[in-house]
Order: sequence, then structure tokens, then C-alpha cells
Amino acid sequence: MDQIQKELLEQVAELHEIPTGAYNIRANGGTYGRNTTANIDIVTKEDKPGIDIFIKPGTKNESLHIPVLLSQTGLKEVVYNDFHIGEDCDVTIIAGCGIHNGGDENSEHSGIHSFFVGKNAKVRYVEKHYGRGDGNGKRIMNPTTIVKMEEGSYMEMDTVQIKGVDSTERLTQAELLKDATLIIKEKIMTHGNQHAKTDFTVDLNGENSSANVISRSVAKDKSHQLFLSKINGNAKCAGHTECDAIIMDEASVSAIPEITANHVEASLIHEAAIGKIAGEQLIKLMTLGLTEAEAEAAIINGFLK
Amino acid sequence: MLELRNVSYEVEDNKTQKEILKNISISFDERFIAITGPNGGGKSTLAKMIAGIIKPTSGQILLDGEDITDLSITERAGRGISYAFQQPVRFKGITVKELIKLAAGKEITTTDACKYLSEVGLCARDYINREVNASLSGGELKRIEIAMIIARGTKISVFDEPEAGIDLWSFNSLIKVFESMHEKIQGNIIIISHQERILNIADKVIVLADGSIRSVGTRDEILPELLGTVGSCKQLTDKL
Repeated sequence: MDQIQKELLEQVAELHEIPTGAYNIRANGGTYGRNTTANIDIVTKEDKPGIDIFIKPGTKNESLHIPVLLSQTGLKEVVYNDFHIGEDCDVTIIAGCGIHNGGDENSEHSGIHSFFVGKNAKVRYVEKHYGRGDGNGKRIMNPTTIVKMEEGSYMEMDTVQIKGVDSTERLTQAELLKDATLIIKEKIMTHGNQHAKTDFTVDLNGENSSANVISRSVAKDKSHQLFLSKINGNAKCAGHTECDAIIMDEASVSAIPEITANHVEASLIHEAAIGKIAGEQLIKLMTLGLTEAEAEAAIINGFLK
Repeated sequence: MLELRNVSYEVEDNKTQKEILKNISISFDERFIAITGPNGGGKSTLAKMIAGIIKPTSGQILLDGEDITDLSITERAGRGISYAFQQPVRFKGITVKELIKLAAGKEITTTDACKYLSEVGLCARDYINREVNASLSGGELKRIEIAMIIARGTKISVFDEPEAGIDLWSFNSLIKVFESMHEKIQGNIIIISHQERILNIADKVIVLADGSIRSVGTRDEILPELLGTVGSCKQLTDKL
């Protein structure tokens, strides 16, 4: 692994070296390294690029790292990863994609992740996207996440895209059965001429299922963000969607939440707020001795934490 | 010592000039200086002017002899001016501890942060990692605002109506905070207040009304006048 790839790995997976436990590292379109454990098996797909991951029922406190690194300009790939998470598991999955584009051609990674979360299983999914490189070629990431949650399962998704991705279209679809819970926390910061679209659809199909979709974002310079969030309550359920955005410079942000109740016991809430940093917040921090730029950075760092 | 020399502040209101502060000249060299007077008299404007949030239309502000009239908010903070807002600001995502750290201007331990919070009557364990967001009540925010000023420990501290919203916390505790701040720093504490119990500890009381200083003097000189009945109020102020 060269220095660029090592740095990308550190950014997206906070890894300084090869992780312990199960992992699959994809670098420039090929498999760089893989490790399976007694409970977590990783199998290369034969019909299309990607992997199948099988986590045995009852697997507890294990983690799986699946970082993707692109450092070759002009590389475009679509990868299908399917996660089969057995009943009663309690696992953490750390994904992430880092693109270094030093050339003039666009680099593009589209990861299509499908999660099959078994009965009463608990999954924490962390995904970080990071781009860099001084070439003219764009860094593009289009993740699709499809989640099917069985009875009593729980999934928490933390997705972060803070820097350097020129264009992203994120699509997330989830179906929840009885007593399943899904929590999505998304953080996005765009700058320059970047474009980010994020589109959530959650179907609450089972009794007492619940979903909470929380997006916090900052749009700087001339960047544009579009946030779409649909929650369909098809049973006695609880759904909440929240988009909170800070807009700066000449950026633009659209938030379009949509909630549909198809059942009398469905309880759904949406909240959306877009605004600039409040002047009084800057002033307060300046009276503590921070410069205006330091105050702005402290407010944004807190907001996206 | 902080000094205001011929400070005026005008704003345009319905195309006519309105004077919010009129030719104010006053020095702040005592331990506790209370500014009082009717609503709309210019008290908060004066506090904001000391902090650098608004600039005077004319006149000068001096700190230990240095003209700070044209210094920014940040520069004045660096010179040793602190300002506790009348209405504290909320921050999504920033915790109480982080805010106190920013106020202290250095890394602080949890023990340090707890010390500041307990001084304002908050049980630190419950607050230290809470976000300074809408989940905190007005009274809690007000105390955190005061804790930030304690953490800063500067030579000039301006409090804009610190007593508002501190219902369950006694005035005595608030007064103790001011006393211990002075003990540590030996600076000047300027308090905007309507509360007689706070005016009662002031070494100097300034009555600001309609943008002008109506009267200034020791509490013994000003309080009877304020209560409107010279002579008969002595007993009352003693009780307070």
C-alpha cells in the first residue's frame, strides 16, 4: 500500500494499519486484502463486482471493516456489497470510501449496499466519505443503501461526508418489520461548486416500528444540497425526520420532507430548518476572544460533530 | 480602569436621528459598579459598547489609558473585557464544557469546568456534557453564561441583568460569585440591574435614563433617591 492509500485509509476508517478482525480492503478496483473470522465470512460475487458478507447468528461484539480506496484517476466502478446479518447479532460495520484524484479524469465510486438484518440483531454502520487531490478530475460518490429489517432488529447508521467529494447522490431505502428501529444520522459539508443530493425513503411496515432520520449539513461557497426524506407509516409506528442546515456564502439548500400516514396509529413528525449562522452566536464567541473565523469554525465543528 | 469620554450613540429611526446615548462621560474604577434606570434608557447599549459590539457615533473609550474605541470585539476580549449577555445564546452541538473551555481560552480539565459550574449553583455532573441547545432552560443558560465569565477571569466584567431567571438560586449566591470574582482578580465588575439587593452591594451606582446619566454616586446617595422617599426608605434598604 502506498502513502496516498495509507492516508486515505486513515481518513475513512481511522486505521493506521491493517485492522484486526474481519476486513475487506478494496483498492483501485481490486481486492487489496481480506480477512475472515470464525463468525464473519466474506465471499467475492461471481456475477458482478462486489462481495457477500455472512455474519453468523448470535455473533456479538465483532467488527467488520470494508474500506474502499481510489487513487487512480479516471477509475469508475459500481460495487455491490450484500450484508447478511444473522439473528441476535451485535456487530459494528465500518465502511468508507476515499478518493484521491490527482488527474484530469473523473473518478467515481458507486457502492450499492444491501443489508438484511435478522431478527433481534443489532447493527451499527459507520460510513465516511472523503476526497482529495489537486487534479481537475471530479471525485464522485453515489452510495445506495438498501435496508431490510426483521422483527425486533435495530440499526444505527452514521454517515459523514465532510470534505472533498465533488458530487454525491445518496439513496437510502429501508423497510422495517414489527418492533424494528432504524436511526440514521447524516452529516454533510459541501464547499466550492460541490453538489450533494440525499434521498431517504423509509417504510414503517410493522407494528411498533420506528425510524429517526436526522441530517445536519453545512453548505459553503457556491455548493448546492438537496435533502429528500420520505417516511411512510403503514402500521402503528413512530417516525421522525429532521433536516437542519447552515447556509453560507452563495450556497443553496433545499429540504423536502414528506411524511405519509396510512394507518390511524402512525405518528409521524418532520422538521426542517435552514439558516445562516446566527450573528449573536459569532458575537458571543468573539467576546470570549475568538476571531470571527475561529468563531465560525467552532460553530460548524460543533454543529457537525 | 475603564473610562467613557463624551460617548454618544445615534441610530436612524423612521428617517429621524435618535440618540440612544447622549454625551456620556463616566469612569469605572470601583469594585462593583451598578448601572440601573428605566427600560429603554440605554443600559444594554452601554454594555454592548464596552464589549465592542456597537461603536459609538462619537466619543472615546479608554482602558487603562489606552484608546480602545476602534478595537474589535475580539481585540477587546483580548485586552480583558468580558460581557455576560442579558439573553444567552444557544449553540447546537457545542457542549457546556466546550463553551467553558473556549471562555477559559485554554484546555481545561473536567474538574476545572465543574468548579466553575458549581460556583453558579449547577450540579456539574448533570451539565458538563450537555449541549448548549434548546434543551436548557433560560435560567440554566443564564448561570452557564455567568460561569463563562468566571472562567475568563478578566479585569473588566460586564453583566447585563444577571439576576433574571435565577429563581431557585439565591441572590446571596450571585453576590458571593461577584465577591469571589473580585477577590481573585481585583478587577472592576459592572452590573446592569434593577434589583435593589444587587444595587445594595455596589460601590458606585449610575442611573441611566433617556440616554443620559441622571445621577451617579455611592449607594447611600443614590438608593434613597431611587426609592423616591428620602428618609423613610432607610429602614427598607436595611431590610434588603
